[in-house]
Amino acid sequence: MDLKDLYQEIILDHGKNPRNLGKFDNYNKDAKGNNPLCGDNVHVYLRLNENKKVEDIAFEGHGCAISMASASIMTDMVRGKEEKEVKEIVSDFLGMIKEKDSLETNILKDDEKTKLMSLSGVKQYPMRVKCATLSWHTLTSALDNSDQIVKTEE
Amino acid sequence: MNIDDIKREFPIFDDKIQNNDLVYLDSANSSQKPRVVVDRIYDFYTKEFSNVGRSVHYLAVAATNLYEQTRVSVQKYINAKDKDEIVFTKGATEAINLVANTFGQKYLSEGDEVLLTELEHHSNYVPWHFLRKAKNIKIEFAEINDNGEVTLEAIEKKITNKTKIISVSHLSNVTGAILPIKEIVQLAHSKNIPVLIDGCQGAPHLKLDMQDIDCDFYAISGHKMYGPTGIGILYAKKKWLEDLPPYQGGGGMINEVKKEGITYGELPNKYEAGTMATAQVIAFNESIKFMEKIGIQNIEKHEKELLDYGLEKLRKNNSVNIIGNPKEKGGVISFTIEGIHPHDIATILDEDGVAIRAGHHCCQILHDKLNLPATARASFGVYNTKDDIDKLDESINKCKKIFNL
Repeated sequence: MDLKDLYQEIILDHGKNPRNLGKFDNYNKDAKGNNPLCGDNVHVYLRLNENKKVEDIAFEGHGCAISMASASIMTDMVRGKEEKEVKEIVSDFLGMIKEKDSLETNILKDDEKTKLMSLSGVKQYPMRVKCATLSWHTLTSALDNSDQIVKTEE
Repeated sequence: MNIDDIKREFPIFDDKIQNNDLVYLDSANSSQKPRVVVDRIYDFYTKEFSNVGRSVHYLAVAATNLYEQTRVSVQKYINAKDKDEIVFTKGATEAINLVANTFGQKYLSEGDEVLLTELEHHSNYVPWHFLRKAKNIKIEFAEINDNGEVTLEAIEKKITNKTKIISVSHLSNVTGAILPIKEIVQLAHSKNIPVLIDGCQGAPHLKLDMQDIDCDFYAISGHKMYGPTGIGILYAKKKWLEDLPPYQGGGGMINEVKKEGITYGELPNKYEAGTMATAQVIAFNESIKFMEKIGIQNIEKHEKELLDYGLEKLRKNNSVNIIGNPKEKGGVISFTIEGIHPHDIATILDEDGVAIRAGHHCCQILHDKLNLPATARASFGVYNTKDDIDKLDESINKCKKIFNL
């Protein structure tokens, strides 16, 4: 295990200065997620336009560097994408965090994939995987209009 | 007492953990186990096992005797009047649930108040919340002050003529504050209110004397006292155990069972339904003996030295913010570092073999009050040394370096 794999510069940067942090007025989908074991939480807001495209996205919440960076990078990555594409990215990301070595989707450009892969270090830290995935599950929940609060624990 | 010798009695420190010497600073969560406790479980299962209190064969009688010996040891250790005042449970959580459930059933009704404090562990809030739902009772919280302590005055302020029971921690698992429980009990009793003490953090670190404290109920966690998991103690004054209804129903707790009705067993069987954690109860006797051998005063003194050393060291470390500053404090240091989330601290410390806890430590009410989602916590046991604290401090510096602080 190497801490440098986990705490890469890009993670520290997004963790310290998360992009898209806050809430905007005209969102039409949102969902909450929390990790009851540690008290971390996230609230994802997004605006899907008539073409099912993510016009804007932001999040509120607090958590560790990993969870904040993950939400920050995620929101950057899915803005401007269609709902279908967003779902593919989410599933690709979650697959990568769980088992796959790389990202497979063609929707993301190489530099975007590199950015996302910076989160792959959590694979070596099973207790921290939930930190990286919470905002992504919450995004899915927002798209699906689920009233259920996403929890990392069943 | 020689800490190196004591530490050698704990097998966990024999080997490296992830290539590091273990610096275990999570004893408020659960303590490590001395060899005598581990061996006792093995010996019981391999040479002496039988269920207790039922059969008449040799092994059953011997196991029953061993099981009851622990009860007597606990009685003496905490200076209870009668061995029947010691009820074995699966943990302190069950002990509190037992009181909330049975006392609630008999004595609480709509509008009655239960008084807790803001620094209670979830296990001393959630069981009472069940009653709030089921019986429409009210729960009041005595407030913490800026030092992270709960004073007698804070308790007094929240007592009303509706207060039916007071349930408070002996020692906070976050701020380390030691509550003035004797004075709280005196005050409560002057108003005819019974008191439950959540002794999870008190019992492993402080001298216990039930006659001196005079509380009605005291909950103890075995696994925090160098004992096995799956064992807790409810101490309750005999008058309560005789008066309150049984908690769980099953074998062992009955007197006579007929189609028309059931009568319940005598104390302490009345509250010990089903097959209990026999091996753990028997091994817990070794934990008590282990603590008695060292002497609780010596444990207290050692942990106080560690605490003073740790506080001094961490106060000197820039950007470390220590949570709470109680005058009477046990061996717990909760802290934050500006700019690094506690989970990141815990992960980085772990890389050096320094085991701490990060999160809300099952005290969300307290963390909300402090306006902190999470804290990092180092907590001490009898096996810790000043060297452990130096390593903690070095590892904290490593966190700061990684986060460019």
